[in-house]
Amino acid sequence: MSTARKLTLPLSRGVLQTLHAGDECVLTGAVYTLRDAGHIRLLAELEETGVLPYHLGGQAIFYAGPTPEAANRPFGAIGPTTASRMDFAAPALYHAGIVATIGKGRRNEAVHEACRETGSVYLNAVGGAAAYLAKRVVSSETIAYDDLGTESLRKIELLQFPVFVAIDTQGFDIFEERA
Amino acid sequence: MLYVSPDTVAHTVKDLIVDLACVLPSDIERGLENARDAEMDERGKSVLRMLCENAEIAAADRVPLCQDTGSVWVSLEIGPDVCVSGDVFSDVDEAVSAAYHEGGLRLSIVRDALFDRSNTQTNAPAFCDIRATDEAGVARLSLMLKGGGSDNASRVVMLAPGAGRASIIDEVLSCVKEKGANACPPLVIGIGVGSTFDKVAGLAKHALLRPIDVPAKDADHQAFEEELLGLVNATGVGPGGLGGTQTALAVHVETAPCHIAALPLAINMGCSAMRRVTVDLKVEAL
Repeated sequence: MSTARKLTLPLSRGVLQTLHAGDECVLTGAVYTLRDAGHIRLLAELEETGVLPYHLGGQAIFYAGPTPEAANRPFGAIGPTTASRMDFAAPALYHAGIVATIGKGRRNEAVHEACRETGSVYLNAVGGAAAYLAKRVVSSETIAYDDLGTESLRKIELLQFPVFVAIDTQGFDIFEERA
Repeated sequence: MLYVSPDTVAHTVKDLIVDLACVLPSDIERGLENARDAEMDERGKSVLRMLCENAEIAAADRVPLCQDTGSVWVSLEIGPDVCVSGDVFSDVDEAVSAAYHEGGLRLSIVRDALFDRSNTQTNAPAFCDIRATDEAGVARLSLMLKGGGSDNASRVVMLAPGAGRASIIDEVLSCVKEKGANACPPLVIGIGVGSTFDKVAGLAKHALLRPIDVPAKDADHQAFEEELLGLVNATGVGPGGLGGTQTALAVHVETAPCHIAALPLAINMGCSAMRRVTVDLKVEAL
């Protein structure tokens, strides 16, 4: 972890430009958790009004559905879910102002294109390290879609949360290096 | 004759779930530590360090290893002299609900895959099966908490018998390259070959139950498993899908008879938090 680059959220366009696929980073600051069912709702709201609700402009979405609080932490376990399931919504959300998504696994071509066009990134967190990652979440507040339970929209504060840049603003992809 | 009661099954499931969600099986933990020591890729090693520390934190603080605390899969193996009633699984769902709520585990089951994707709020129903074994006096229960991401990365294919062993290898490698990163590597890969379209997936799932430090039942299976593991680890997918040589901890193969026209293949991906346990149940005299 000693070589990891320290980043403060929200990420400015200037900082985003300096990230390269493969970089190991640690994030400190707020991100918003959202996954499958929540994306359908957020996309519907975006289509209706034309703007991102809940002050999501310039923010990062973390594809995660955590377990309840435990061990005096906001969540017992929190980690990335498979990002490709959110590929249907990601390009529209990047174009609307989301600057980063955090998940695990490969993305489709449309997501690469959206990252290039909007100067945004896709970050990879380590799947299956959810107890470890939960120690790097300091607070959580439910913002919307409370009825979705684990899938609700939450604002969570990260402290030194490890990620790897998976798709950068040039569209380079960590998963394509060895193709 | 001997007998296993629905109550014994339900109690056993309830007693095992929370521990299984929080404490990595020892064979998997050792496997991750060995992989961490063997991995030369910097990112891959970094991922493996996190996964090893993750297992320590989860056990010490009794928090889930992964936020996806899974669907509950229960399999009973019953010997020829043991009786079970048709309602042997009738109390399992209640046990699942109690364990998930008491343990602070995630509720991840929806009512119907197609027509009603509302959460059951209990993590039930569990997915249960029962099979016969030749071993006398045996009532064995296996429990698996299976993550959605790794099951999604799995597949069933009906291959042509003429293409044989090579086509199985090709299919496994393409599955790992296309979907492995989604399944949270290092993987445990369960492979079923044979039987019928519906049963081959069960073979693959059962293959995941064997501890990774227990060798396959004969030399043919052992050699094929070793060959597949070597090839999977040569893909470069690596821990977390981020590159390296430790893509899988183990590949387990179970084979069966099949139709002259068939070569059924199922690949069931298991993630690095491969949570499964097998226990012998208490049997009573009938």
